[in-house]
Amino acid sequence: MTQFTTFIKKEFYHVLRDRKTLLILFGMPVVQILIFGFALTNEVKNSKIVIADEAKDEVSTAIIRKIEASRYFEIEKAVANRQQIETVFKEGKVKVALLFPANFSKDLLHQNKAQVQILADATDPNHATALTNYLSSILQDYQSELNENQAIPYRIVPETRMLYNPQLKGAHNFVPGVMALVLMLVCVMMTAISIVKEKETGTMEVLLVSPFKPVLVILSKAIPYLILSLVNVGSILLLSVFVLDLPINGSLPLLLAESTLFIITCLTLGIFISIKTASQQTAMLISLMGMLLPTMLFSGFMFPIENMPIPLQVISNIIPAKWYYLIVKDIMIKGLGFEAIWKETLILVGITLFLFAISLKSFKIRLA
Amino acid sequence: MENHKNGRGEEVSIRADKLTKQYGDFIAANAISFEVYKGEIFGFLGANGAGKTTAMRMLCGLSTPSSGSATIAGFDVYKETEEIKKNIGYMSQKFSLYEDLTILENIRFYGGIYGLSRGELREKSAALIARLGLQGEANKLVASLPLGWKQKLAFSVAVLHQPRIVFLDEPTGGVDPVTRRQFWDLIYQAADQGVTIFVTTHYMDEAEYCNRISIMVDGSIAALDTPHRLKQQFGVASMDEVFYQLAREAKRADG
Amino acid sequence: MQTITLNGLTKVYGKEKIPAVNEVSFSVDQGELFGLIGPDGAGKTSIFRMLTTVLLPDGGGATVNGFDVVKDYRQIRSSVGYMPGKFSLYPDLSIEENLSFFATVFNTTIEENYHLIRDIYVQIEPFKKRRAGKLSGGMKQKLALCCALIHKPTVLFLDEPTTGVDPVSRKEFWEMLKRLKAQNITIVVSTPYMDEAALCDRIALMQDGKILSIDTPANIVSAYPDQLFAVKADRMYALLSAVARYDNTINSYAFGEYAHVSLPAALGQEAAGAALKNWLAQTGLEALEVFPTEPTIEDCFIKLTMDHLASAKN
Repeated sequence: MTQFTTFIKKEFYHVLRDRKTLLILFGMPVVQILIFGFALTNEVKNSKIVIADEAKDEVSTAIIRKIEASRYFEIEKAVANRQQIETVFKEGKVKVALLFPANFSKDLLHQNKAQVQILADATDPNHATALTNYLSSILQDYQSELNENQAIPYRIVPETRMLYNPQLKGAHNFVPGVMALVLMLVCVMMTAISIVKEKETGTMEVLLVSPFKPVLVILSKAIPYLILSLVNVGSILLLSVFVLDLPINGSLPLLLAESTLFIITCLTLGIFISIKTASQQTAMLISLMGMLLPTMLFSGFMFPIENMPIPLQVISNIIPAKWYYLIVKDIMIKGLGFEAIWKETLILVGITLFLFAISLKSFKIRLA
Repeated sequence: MENHKNGRGEEVSIRADKLTKQYGDFIAANAISFEVYKGEIFGFLGANGAGKTTAMRMLCGLSTPSSGSATIAGFDVYKETEEIKKNIGYMSQKFSLYEDLTILENIRFYGGIYGLSRGELREKSAALIARLGLQGEANKLVASLPLGWKQKLAFSVAVLHQPRIVFLDEPTGGVDPVTRRQFWDLIYQAADQGVTIFVTTHYMDEAEYCNRISIMVDGSIAALDTPHRLKQQFGVASMDEVFYQLAREAKRADG
Repeated sequence: MQTITLNGLTKVYGKEKIPAVNEVSFSVDQGELFGLIGPDGAGKTSIFRMLTTVLLPDGGGATVNGFDVVKDYRQIRSSVGYMPGKFSLYPDLSIEENLSFFATVFNTTIEENYHLIRDIYVQIEPFKKRRAGKLSGGMKQKLALCCALIHKPTVLFLDEPTTGVDPVSRKEFWEMLKRLKAQNITIVVSTPYMDEAALCDRIALMQDGKILSIDTPANIVSAYPDQLFAVKADRMYALLSAVARYDNTINSYAFGEYAHVSLPAALGQEAAGAALKNWLAQTGLEALEVFPTEPTIEDCFIKLTMDHLASAKN
């Protein structure tokens, strides 16, 4: 046991004495959360809007004037009809459009309910939601002004259509994504590199020629990174709750338990890479290209999986980060319990066991 | 170039006069002075950290001295570094050839760097390959050659552009005694043709092969003479022991 | 008693199955200081790795302390000390931390076996808080030796412990080995430096995965069949070309400031020397010196390599 604890202590020395690693380890989550949280959130200001007023009546004109007066929008063009909106969109300058149907005010005054259509270019989902939200709130404002002295309230129902990315996946869901990304990076890359480093410096050779069990050499490498990763999970959650005002809706212990499971998956993956590679460079390349990139692409955090071609959707299933991302989203944002995520949990456990088995099988007690 | 001759009429290839390099408070090379003559094999010895590399970098025109003066093949190390580079060759044990290029590709690459014409290159690479007996191997990757052959090839490539001075950085560490002799035969041949050879090393057995040797200790030259006279002076049988006596008192040497 | 035995030990590498170690057999006695002498690529490191069980042989077998290197790797691993080619230390840990780490890995403490390393450790102890990465070659070498000794091994494997280390540290290192030998530890050491061969009890001269000769340094030298002359002249290159052309020359090569020329023993020492000097004088060389000289291990190595090459050709 003393052997094991000495080993872990030594591993902490390595991490704590390497300023660069330390910076990556603890700086990266903070920076990523801040980048995703602030830099990528769009503040809407003087956004260009195109308006097709097929109604051309009192109410539509009043609403248009209100939009014009707001600091959020700037009317790029007023066009006659629906078809023309599309042409303007294709030019790419305008990200949102508002369409008043021909009988807008008639419907509103007679049926007390009328529809307008909001079209948004959702290639950037965050931006599109922001724009439609602002636009809806202007309509809401006007509605309440109208309703002040009305017995039966008038209702303007905005029908929003997200172009190109109708389900608007990804928006504001970055915290679970960043968690998956950071854990992947720390556990897979750092573990793989730290083991391969011992091969490169020759210390692995000395350790092999010792009574210490080779499997324990590898396992004792994993423990420090498990602890460091849990610290990272903590710091990300603290940042998201206190800086980004994103509360944890579900159970915190469940979230931590699931995170530990994902960390173990990643550590196994890192160990597997380290067994298969001989240089730090290769280990780093494989971790970055083979693990980090698929995590970004296939976890559903940046690009919605549903929109991908079927083969890619199938591939996404073997990416552990995808399942972790779903789990964290369910717990943190939707506030769901274990009954909602047991399937994903089971899959993660399965992947981990599989990786562990092949690592154990390819593990060598000798050099070559 | 004007001829630089010393008192005995030997042509001087390298002349260093109180050459000094200082990094802050640390004097890496302290007022070193020596002359190397044309066609001489000059050994530049010292433990790791004694200032060998610093001195050699200044002589190759890679680093500007803090004070003192030096001329390489008659060119000033402060002002004429470009001319110096054209007139020297360099080979180190650690880096010299690209392992993933073939022998012929390596020769053409280095010849190209020194601006040899296409015709010259063809002629010289054929001659070089024939001299080393590598005709059958010319299109093989350098990585597949034994270490000794790599070193011989590296040296031949370093003198391809007919430099006046060749700097060799620990050229023969780790090779077997027979291959090492073949390597030294190449060096003797080049020296015989008038090329000045400047060897830096901390392998004392390499030093025995040089015409004259300087030994650096703590940034200064502690001894400078022929191996024979140095051994006499210290009353010992090998350069290893000469070095041992000098380096034992070193403050910042490797030990 | 034989501590180590090798029996036709073979290791091949790559698709072409190039032998790095080619059917090597020898044995090392208890308490012996045994040297593997040979250039890079001779197969020294592969032999060390097979004996320390980190590499599997492709043919033949070997035992250490009576244990088989393949089957009984656990027993071997807990009883030997190993210092691989590069001093394998953690550069970001201090001297003290490195040593106590390796002590723990081997289930012991620094205090328990301090008497074994004391002589060596006291030299680096003043710097014990310094990180291993900031040490000079000589100090790294001493620390690595301490780490390999800390668990009181019965056999010590040292792979090129003096390569890249300055002469002062090299000399000190061999003195340390002598003291360890006095404590009845069997030591196998490899080196590319021929001059270190004389410091071993017995040596194996190696080239291209084969053993050229194996004996005590004195016996290897006395087995040198030819008579050797040292020759000096004003122009080295001309001298080397001249002695190579001389009819009676068996081998000739540069040897430090001299050229060494081996001539058939049958010629008789004085006559052979005089004839050689006469012949050289005719070639126009000046300041000639010709005198008989004792062969060194390096001369023997060259002789054996030449014979080996010649027999490979036939």
